Amino acid sequence: MSKEITVKTIEERPEGYEGEGYFLTRLDKIIGTARSHSLWPLPFATSCCGIEFMAASASNYDIARYGSERMSFSPRQADVLMVMGTIAKKMGPILKHVYEQMAEPRWVLSVGACACSGGIFDTYSVLQGIDRVIPVDVYVPGCPPRPEQILEGIMKIQDLARHESLGRRNGQGYQSLLDQYGIE
Amino acid sequence: MQDLTQLTEQQRELMQSKDEHYTLNLGPTHPATHGIFQNILKMDGERIMDAEQTVGYIHRAFEKLAEHRPFYQITPITDRLNYCSSPINNIGWHLTVEKLLGVETPKRVDYLRIIIMELARISDHLICNSILGVDTGAFSGFLYVFQYREKIYEIYEEICGARLTTNIGRIGGFERDLSPAAVQKIKNFILEWPKVWNEFESLFNRNRIFLDRIKGVGPISADRALAYGFTGPNLRAAGVDYDVRVAKPYSSYNDFEFKIPVGYDGDTLDRYLVRNAEIWESYKLIKNAFENLPEGPYHADVPEFYLPPKQEVYKNMEALIYHFKIVMAEIDVPKGEVYHSVEGGNGELGFYLISDGGRTPYRLHFRRPSFIYYQAYPEMIRGSYLSDAILTMSSMNVIAGELDA
Amino acid sequence: MTHPEIVEKLKNQFGSDILEAYENYDMLNIHVPAYKIYSFLEYLKTDAELNFHFLTDLTAVHNPFDEGAEFLMVYHLHNMPKNIRIRIKASIPASNPSIDSIHQLWPSANWQERETFDFFGVNFIGHPNLIRIMNVDEMDYFPLQKQYPLEDATRQDKNDAMFGR
Repeated sequence: MSKEITVKTIEERPEGYEGEGYFLTRLDKIIGTARSHSLWPLPFATSCCGIEFMAASASNYDIARYGSERMSFSPRQADVLMVMGTIAKKMGPILKHVYEQMAEPRWVLSVGACACSGGIFDTYSVLQGIDRVIPVDVYVPGCPPRPEQILEGIMKIQDLARHESLGRRNGQGYQSLLDQYGIE
Repeated sequence: MQDLTQLTEQQRELMQSKDEHYTLNLGPTHPATHGIFQNILKMDGERIMDAEQTVGYIHRAFEKLAEHRPFYQITPITDRLNYCSSPINNIGWHLTVEKLLGVETPKRVDYLRIIIMELARISDHLICNSILGVDTGAFSGFLYVFQYREKIYEIYEEICGARLTTNIGRIGGFERDLSPAAVQKIKNFILEWPKVWNEFESLFNRNRIFLDRIKGVGPISADRALAYGFTGPNLRAAGVDYDVRVAKPYSSYNDFEFKIPVGYDGDTLDRYLVRNAEIWESYKLIKNAFENLPEGPYHADVPEFYLPPKQEVYKNMEALIYHFKIVMAEIDVPKGEVYHSVEGGNGELGFYLISDGGRTPYRLHFRRPSFIYYQAYPEMIRGSYLSDAILTMSSMNVIAGELDA
Repeated sequence: MTHPEIVEKLKNQFGSDILEAYENYDMLNIHVPAYKIYSFLEYLKTDAELNFHFLTDLTAVHNPFDEGAEFLMVYHLHNMPKNIRIRIKASIPASNPSIDSIHQLWPSANWQERETFDFFGVNFIGHPNLIRIMNVDEMDYFPLQKQYPLEDATRQDKNDAMFGR
């Protein structure tokens, strides 16, 4: 017989049936919860937003609370590609190269006005937004955004990770999205 | 099974061959390069024989952008040059325009500018030295000291509203006087800072591992440094006591007495120690300027560039016309060409401005110290190990925004 | 050394090659012909009394309406012990924008000349590696010349009329 247990948790718990010693829920909810709490970022910091990222990872705003303790600079081991700062046209192919090397599931967080849309630099040498070369999941506007905004961006990626269906990455919609960008 | 102790003739020849160089690509995305620049290294084992550099991965065309913007709209662009100490760039630009216009700022403005610029210099050197610690593996210094960068950010927020890219001040002074909260925060900073920096220095200055890693790494002699156009802490570490604040004082720096710390060998240890000593000198400057802050107006009388107070604009016809002309940038600027430089966090940051009387500059060129001294990097790392090359780059304080502009 | 003394000394050495010498905002400006720039700067650097041993800045200005002198090369030199700065100018025509490279005198001129080539198209004779430095290698025009716009000509999404251009 299952008892009513009220547990105070901060994050939402997956729905399920529980009893003494067991908890029954769907597999993708457990996987989603686990993934969302251990997102390893790849800090692709190019300019001023990179300094705000350093402030976000320092002790005052502490990105490690969200599971992003280990910054992975190798794309093979990273989950979230955090693009922070201006991407020039010279850098665009390199950004695409880094994105292609990441393993599924991968998310992209575009931090700062320059990464989202070119920012104040509407010039011949700046890529007007990284969504011209790679698909982006969450945009964080600001110039530079406060560390709290970067953390909210991470929280939105966490929401995406928590509620993603397991078959999404193999499905037709995602493949056609990648085909739009010319990514295999 | 092959006996691995018996090498074949071919294997023996290969091992004894002396020019077995291989190419290693360092960057542009690399955790230890602070910013995006690429170095293709030719290596012999762990030793670096030569380096070929590629920059321009964050070229944002500042100089072309400045030709299309009125003078006060160029200040946000100068923010993004050396973004670790943006108030220095902003105030340097305002000083350049004030030189062109022939405006003299009141003493209070000068002293406030000194306080803000020296806070920016402390925050820049703070990043450089703590990241040098992180690159050698000592992470705690960075965590503890970055808390004080947050305190400096709070002071900027009280003065201008922004943390990092400050757009601080106006042509002629400041848009508002120091609020009581700002005064209190600067006082707290002055009280708390010595203990914090003493703690950081006690972690590193006599730390055997840290000193062994950075002594004798990446040296450059004073002659080569001058030939390569070095300025700032990198040049002072090589032994030349050149500081723009002393050579061509601006913003009433000549009212204060401060020392210029100088090193001997120009290696990483000297650069680290020179930056440490400069932080102490900046702290003394802030304390002196704050204690002797004179009363008076917080801006010069430049009605063509300085927005009039809003109450005047609603009542006074003249103020209304000035407000309109300033915002629509229909101001007549005198023709002329001027070169002004300030002592930035990295060295001499120069602004070469040519005005043809129009609403935007005809030509604006930034003399960026990082761009000029980064050319010496291959010479400084030739013959050293890869890990030493990383530390040399770390200690040179190359900021990508300033490198590529 | 005062500014008149410097001009006097240079006139004694170079005579009619000094096209113009004037002062603005406390800085001495000297205009010389482009073919003389290397020997002129070498004299400024090596002379014991003048001793302008430090190259502060090297750049160019594009004046499309100055027929025959479209590109103006500007060099800022500095004598640190005596604390004197000087600005040297040299004009080159757009039909043949070439000038001697000074990287033998100062290694710091290397990248600055590459940047000037990248932005304006000025050809530096004798430069060891005159290729683009800031822009992408495939770029086929020199962007900081006045006739080219600031924005990227190929972008579609920003409506120029709405942005006031």
